[in-house]
Amino acid sequence: MSAEKPVLLSVEGVTKGYPGVVANADVSFQIRQGEVHALLGENGAGKSTLVKMIYGLVKPDQGRMTWRGAAYAPPEPRVARASGVAMVFQHFSLFEALNVAENVALGMENPPPMGALAAKIRAVSDAYGLPLDPSRMVGDLSAGERQRVEIIRCLLQDPKLLIMDEPTSVLTPQEVEILFRTLRQLSAEGTAILYISHKLEEIRALCDEATILRRGRVVGTCTPRDRTAREMAEMMVGAVLTPPEKGAKTEWPQTHPALEAANLTVNSPIPFGTSLKGISFAVARGEVLGIAGVAGNGQDELLLALSGEIKSDEGMVKATGVGVGRLGPNDRRRIGFVAAPEDRLGHAAAPDMSLVENAFLTGAIRKGLTNRGFIDWAAAREFADRVIKAYDVRTPGSHVAARALSGGNLQKFVIGRELSQSPDVIVINQPTWGVDAAAAAAIRQAILDRASEGAAVVVISQDLDELLEISDNFAVLNEGRLTPPRPVQGLTMDQIGLMMGGAHGMEEVHHVS
Amino acid sequence: MIRLEKRPTPSKFWQIATPIVAVVLTMIAGGIMFAILGKNPVEAIRTIFWDPLFNPDFAAYSRPQLLVKAGPLILIAVGLSLGFRAGIWNIGAEGQYIMGAIFGAGAGLAFYPLEAWYIFPLMVIAGAFGGWLWAMIPALLKTHFNTNEILVSLLMVYIAQNILASMSLGLLRNPEGSGFPGSRNLSQYPAASNPELIAGTGMHWGVVAAFVAVIAAYILLQRHILGFQIKLAGQAPRAARFHGVSPTALVLLCMGISGALAGLAGLFEVSGPAGQISIDFNVGYGFTAIIVAFLGRLNPVGILLAGLLMALTYIGGELAQFMLGLPSAAIQAFQGMLLFFLLAVDLLTNYRFRLFTGVK
Repeated sequence: MSAEKPVLLSVEGVTKGYPGVVANADVSFQIRQGEVHALLGENGAGKSTLVKMIYGLVKPDQGRMTWRGAAYAPPEPRVARASGVAMVFQHFSLFEALNVAENVALGMENPPPMGALAAKIRAVSDAYGLPLDPSRMVGDLSAGERQRVEIIRCLLQDPKLLIMDEPTSVLTPQEVEILFRTLRQLSAEGTAILYISHKLEEIRALCDEATILRRGRVVGTCTPRDRTAREMAEMMVGAVLTPPEKGAKTEWPQTHPALEAANLTVNSPIPFGTSLKGISFAVARGEVLGIAGVAGNGQDELLLALSGEIKSDEGMVKATGVGVGRLGPNDRRRIGFVAAPEDRLGHAAAPDMSLVENAFLTGAIRKGLTNRGFIDWAAAREFADRVIKAYDVRTPGSHVAARALSGGNLQKFVIGRELSQSPDVIVINQPTWGVDAAAAAAIRQAILDRASEGAAVVVISQDLDELLEISDNFAVLNEGRLTPPRPVQGLTMDQIGLMMGGAHGMEEVHHVS
Repeated sequence: MIRLEKRPTPSKFWQIATPIVAVVLTMIAGGIMFAILGKNPVEAIRTIFWDPLFNPDFAAYSRPQLLVKAGPLILIAVGLSLGFRAGIWNIGAEGQYIMGAIFGAGAGLAFYPLEAWYIFPLMVIAGAFGGWLWAMIPALLKTHFNTNEILVSLLMVYIAQNILASMSLGLLRNPEGSGFPGSRNLSQYPAASNPELIAGTGMHWGVVAAFVAVIAAYILLQRHILGFQIKLAGQAPRAARFHGVSPTALVLLCMGISGALAGLAGLFEVSGPAGQISIDFNVGYGFTAIIVAFLGRLNPVGILLAGLLMALTYIGGELAQFMLGLPSAAIQAFQGMLLFFLLAVDLLTNYRFRLFTGVK
């Protein structure tokens, strides 16, 4: 069907290199009018570089592009926009202190008067089922609503090609539905959509065609509807993937939960952070508690409060019934806590220090790497080497600086370092953020292995699929409050959406169309 | 087109080569400056770097001066380097140096004219305490009220200078000094004096203390968890908190150590080479030590070498002033060049130049 439509954009043999890496090598693909085209690949596969070239942010070294049959080489985004290319970035560029209409006006070449613009925004938001009040402050909007501002900003330009970079990473399931309806409507009206994602089920549900990138090269094309998510993932990774397996459930004898938060309330030490308000949960030995929610709702603070970087009242955090809220990070490590913060470069690891020093960073206590305050560097090196080997960290050796490792490899090192300390309580924030599929699978498996050995695990993540895959119980963190945890088994997507605070304004959706 | 590119790992080669290249570049640029001033650049450089050590006419006087001048610089710089590594900026070592001298000299003079073995050790403790106390003021203000330790410690220097003046005119003034400002001469009070230990070397207890401080700091940074925490806090403050370092404790510790070492330097100076508390007792060791700390790349062994080099430029610079008639401002500019080139070349430790051809 799509073969009958005329080609809108054609990319032929495009190559782009950066010092030390080839981001794109001889990439060719076509987008037809009205087609929803997926660009699929792991982190670092070259998706972002490719769309930046289409949007005029980056110039290709070699190759050419044609737009409706004419040569196309935008020197800057302004030219790309004039041709009819619009892009919604993964990270929004909005001013929180301005209202919706003002933010939209800032992105326009010749903004109309505010009144007229507001009316236009209303018209577009009605037409595409994206409820949005032009006079609201952006600072008060949810992530999904902010994305709508960006989308409407693009739609006002009447684009022929809309590029969306990981658009669903911050949305609740209901918000994803709303977005997909809008995108389908746009596609039916003839707007092509280039959809970048690594979420395979979404791509199967939405996209007509997919181009799969691996290490900067096109390794395949497919029609997503005709393939399973597994098949596409294996094309993306270039290897056979095994889903994580939960070990046999053991009933651990216990009188108290291994980890308990009781009305945990602390102020955020981070400027503009989210304070934790009355968080309560209990995790038994061998149990994985998954905590979902959009970043910035207290995730960082919850990790800090559990790792001991923020102290609370003694009874607010308990280990096997004993209050440990006043203990610092090292005292908590002594009783079996380990933690892996989200930001691996700068928080979980010191960028300019070697892997040996970074292994010592948290392993000093549980691995006994000091003797009367003097560091046993030989033992630290041995520990680092063991982590590198056991977790398949790709590095020339343990002497290299942490910042020299790729994101996925450093994450494997950080997670491996914590899980190798025979912990009783594990707290991890975003275990697989920015990690490729194969490494993510290995990390999830390692977490489940520790749980089946009797550790209590808390995983904080934005990735719902990941949480549903590995968790026994599920809760949502929203504005510093935690919903009561519920068993994952039998939980529907609708229930999850409601736990996540529902989709903002979803009741108004599509009342027009 | 030439571009700077961040290295994946800091270059070991440039970490060592940086000071050497900086010294060579300083000699070249300084030589050009001396030539413009109408002096023979080769002779000027030789007068600064060679004559103080090897010229038969001056070496007997100036060679011991090398250790006398380098001792306090190294002692103070080692203390400062610990704080600088942790991102704690004690700029007020000069004030801590003065207070160490006042406390130490005061403790000694309180016993005058008693001769007892314990007087000098007591003075050492009092000197370290004075410097520590003066450093605790900016430290506690920082930990409790989040003030800026750079400003507070610097301003405390001027308070210390005024206390020094009032001490030499008042409380500590020599009662037998016919009204002249300044205390009794400690070098003429054996129980309280810090004499040259080996004749003709300039070696005194302060120099010994400096060597001990270098070795202790080296072991601390290489082998001890405290040194690891200091480095970690400077490089990655959030990782340091994750590791379990208390920022408050670290501020108190680093300020305390640097203050105590600066106070010790002041005590050894007042009881040895200077001999007495006087209005112009301090000559800026506390500030120069900041340069020495950076010139030595905040590394104890580097600081040892940098302290000797800095002392050499001082002695050689004085020599060049009266031998060649170079203005003192030219010598200061020369020393400034050294720091300038060091910081500039230091860029190559973490960055490298890349030539780009073709499209950007």
